[in-house]
Amino acid sequence: MNTDDFMNWLFDPLSYEFMQRGLLASVIVGVLCAVMGTYVVLRGMAFLGDAMAHAILPGVAIAYILRGDLLVGAGVAAVVIALSIGFFSREGTVKEDTAIGILFAAALSLGVALISTMQTYAVDLSHILFGNVLGVSSSDLLLIGGLSFLILLAVAVFYKQFLVISFDPVLAATLRLPAELLRNLMLVLLALTVVVSLQTVGVSLAAAMLVTPAATAYLLTRRLWPMMLVSASIGGLSSVVGLYLSYYLNIVSGSSIVLTATLFFLLAFLWKRVKSV
Amino acid sequence: MAHTPHRLKIENASIGYGDKIVLHDLSFQISHGARVAVVGPNGAGKSTLFKALVGLLPLKSGSIFIHGQSLGTHKDCVAYVPQREDVDWRFPVTVRDVVMMGRFGQIGWLKQPAARDKQIVEKSLAQMGIADLADRSIGQLSGGQQQRAFLARALAQEPHILLMDEPFTGVDITTQEATFNLLDHLREREVTAMISTHDLNLAASRFDLILLLNHRLIVYGEPHAVLSQENLQRAFGNSLLVMENGAMLVDECCPPDEH
Repeated sequence: MNTDDFMNWLFDPLSYEFMQRGLLASVIVGVLCAVMGTYVVLRGMAFLGDAMAHAILPGVAIAYILRGDLLVGAGVAAVVIALSIGFFSREGTVKEDTAIGILFAAALSLGVALISTMQTYAVDLSHILFGNVLGVSSSDLLLIGGLSFLILLAVAVFYKQFLVISFDPVLAATLRLPAELLRNLMLVLLALTVVVSLQTVGVSLAAAMLVTPAATAYLLTRRLWPMMLVSASIGGLSSVVGLYLSYYLNIVSGSSIVLTATLFFLLAFLWKRVKSV
Repeated sequence: MAHTPHRLKIENASIGYGDKIVLHDLSFQISHGARVAVVGPNGAGKSTLFKALVGLLPLKSGSIFIHGQSLGTHKDCVAYVPQREDVDWRFPVTVRDVVMMGRFGQIGWLKQPAARDKQIVEKSLAQMGIADLADRSIGQLSGGQQQRAFLARALAQEPHILLMDEPFTGVDITTQEATFNLLDHLREREVTAMISTHDLNLAASRFDLILLLNHRLIVYGEPHAVLSQENLQRAFGNSLLVMENGAMLVDECCPPDEH
């Protein structure tokens, strides 16, 4: 392949406007998930991320029935779930992972129950589950971009506080940080992240985008903010590479993005193993 | 000095988790700059007391005063060095990052560390003899070095009251001496120190006062008065072994989980 061919290969997909929007959305979501993912990995919230992604199904279903915006429905459901988990596990009444398990199953069941009352649902359901990056409209893109900006801003602004409540909750208490509030804020940010990624990778793969780039970055760095930067780079790059693979190999974009991220993880894992021998 | 308010005053405090009360009706006072050993069997409520003092556990009843004002009025004047098992050693932070966290209380919510904060961090690292380890991951350090990192953090916090949970358990002699050097230094600044320990020997020889606990206050006073066979028997019960020569040992082979 000479240079011209390569350029054509690179720019061909971008001649379609829906591809431009899809690519932009994927990169934003890739970066966002990767940054929030650092806390998911470090705080052991992988299960929570997965549960959250599935738990927004009823919100999406209700929005669909009412012909409202699916993202709004998902957003409302995610925040309700996040705060419910915080509520049930407060002061250790029920263990957090137990609370997650119960709410996750209940929400998923409710979602499926609602969906089963509809008829022409197969296409939309698969889009919700696996994402439909090529169906990103301009207004979707605006919403994805705006929400992502707000979430990343919150992560930057509360960097010190999130670092302390994650690393040393006891120090957080001695510093009189409102730990409960910060913990809930983090759950809400995580929920919103899952909602934003609904369109590009879908609910069933959102958890992978939260965990895989961050886990890769964990292997390569030893401080929090470099971990976030590396994770964001891997997330963004996986989205670009994944989307091109999806275009040329004609496979579902969510899958190719997640598989690309997984490949990066395997490379980092092998590198780490080789280095430590 | 009769009018100096006691730095730390606890009045009829009961502390516990949920419905369970671990410490009953605790009252004592510590004047500024004193070094107090908190001694008692496993599960006696030593960690519980510390957690209440840092505000992690609410009081069921009674009150805690620091400088004459109720707990929580003074932000950030209590520093706590946690037990080793309470920390996630795999977290991606360097030693310097950990020490800098001690400054977060003073830095303010939306601000970056200032030059003064960085200076204090470097000074604290140097004082604990770990300046050369500052860029290492916290997980790469030996147990003793990790403890010194947390001591440096407590120092950077510039506390009025320092709480340490079992700092002498399983650490090397260098760290133990570094800990006492730190305590001597803090005493000059009139920092009050409360330290829980199993080591009756250390408690007797290196502390001003001993607080003997077993779900309630057994006795509080100077070591020679506190460490009588009768008092220790009341605190430790059957775990106390008395040798023929009068030496006393605390034998706790299978400690239950302490909260």
